Amino acid sequence: MIEIRDLHKYFGDLHVLKGIDLDVQKGEVLSIIGASGSGKSTLLYCINALEPIQKGRVVVDGTDVHAKGTDINRLRQKLGMVFQQWNSFPHLTALENVALAPRIVKGKPKAEARDIASEQLRRVGLSDKINVYPSALSGGQQQRLAIARALAMEPEYMLFDEATSALDPELVGEVLDTMRLLAEEGMTMICVTHEMGFARDVSDRIAYFHQGVMEEIGPPQQLFGNPHSENTRKFLAKVR
Amino acid sequence: MEPSVVFFSGLTASDVWFLTEAAFRTLLISVLSISMGTAIGIFCGWLLYEGKIFATLTLAPILDVFRSVPLIIQLVLFYNMAPILGLNLDPFASGTVILTIYTAALVANVARGGFEAVGLPIRRAARSLGMTYFQDLRYVVLPIGGRAVFPAWIGVALGVMKDSALVSVLGYVELLKASQILITRTQQPFVVLAIAGAFYFALSYPVSRYAAKLEKRWAQ
Repeated sequence: MIEIRDLHKYFGDLHVLKGIDLDVQKGEVLSIIGASGSGKSTLLYCINALEPIQKGRVVVDGTDVHAKGTDINRLRQKLGMVFQQWNSFPHLTALENVALAPRIVKGKPKAEARDIASEQLRRVGLSDKINVYPSALSGGQQQRLAIARALAMEPEYMLFDEATSALDPELVGEVLDTMRLLAEEGMTMICVTHEMGFARDVSDRIAYFHQGVMEEIGPPQQLFGNPHSENTRKFLAKVR
Repeated sequence: MEPSVVFFSGLTASDVWFLTEAAFRTLLISVLSISMGTAIGIFCGWLLYEGKIFATLTLAPILDVFRSVPLIIQLVLFYNMAPILGLNLDPFASGTVILTIYTAALVANVARGGFEAVGLPIRRAARSLGMTYFQDLRYVVLPIGGRAVFPAWIGVALGVMKDSALVSVLGYVELLKASQILITRTQQPFVVLAIAGAFYFALSYPVSRYAAKLEKRWAQ
């Protein structure tokens, strides 16, 4: 379970997150929507300590992520993350991209790491691309590669930071399908997204962020059908 | 008698062997200096990249001195000042020390460029997988950044190999010094220097060919 309590984040004088309180249960799929600059991506970076926080707490399965004694590298193995830009390692083949972290972080033998990598590439539909370098893959394929790379660490949570925003429209579907598949398998997911259809279909809950505040959170039917907040209403009217 | 026969008569096969041995010495001092200088240079480049203000204030000016002062002056100064510091270094050791520092000063800036070439997003992706700082450095930053600046590094390495000719001023008998000795004896500078030039070319060309091949492979 991920527990976020009174989380505040500043970039210099800019107050990006203004006291976020949020719980994500095991097996839940939470989508976070909101305008650009509302702090939703920053929240994901704070969950796995890629960004430091100034106040509050993020607790993952009882471990305070930002506490001094926390072994953050170990904790991050639980928290797979997929970024807007897929960030594949360009010097490694698809298989090596996925096998690298299991090998060097988890210390798996080379053959086992490769087996894990093949399995994850198969899971995201890239079995035929294992020996291909990322430069020869389409954006959608590279994003699926990034998903496989994160899954190879056998994470308990997956954080998706606008995983489809940088893709050409015709490639969005294949990545969303992969994410849907994961959700169906019961993966705990926090998805920052602009894909309202995906958020509506897949999420257990949707949170709307507005200027660093979690304005509203609720099941998709409620949030889309009967939003309580005026800001949510305005935002949804714009994106629909 | 044909004039060309007269032209070559001063040089013997043993002279060519003498030049070959000298070429090996050029190769030896170059390989030593370039490898040690590269290792130190990468470390300095990393300090410049990570240390920010501290490194900019301390290390950067020192490296600038070694990059800016002509190599021949550095060699002569160091060779003559080393005994004052209690170091009794022969021309080979002195030359190696200075060439190493000179290489390091050049490589430091190339390496810093390499570190900077790897963007923050890709490093975050590596760290998000649970990699430590040094695993990220070893398995992600160095290979990616290294490839980005490899052509520049090759340029430095080939330059240093040619610059190693300057160690001849200390009396180390590498290719250029050997050529000078032969020229004095044979009075045939054109032929001797042509052979020496051919040796330098033979040392450099395979390196640049191999580098080009590597770059091509990485580009795929």
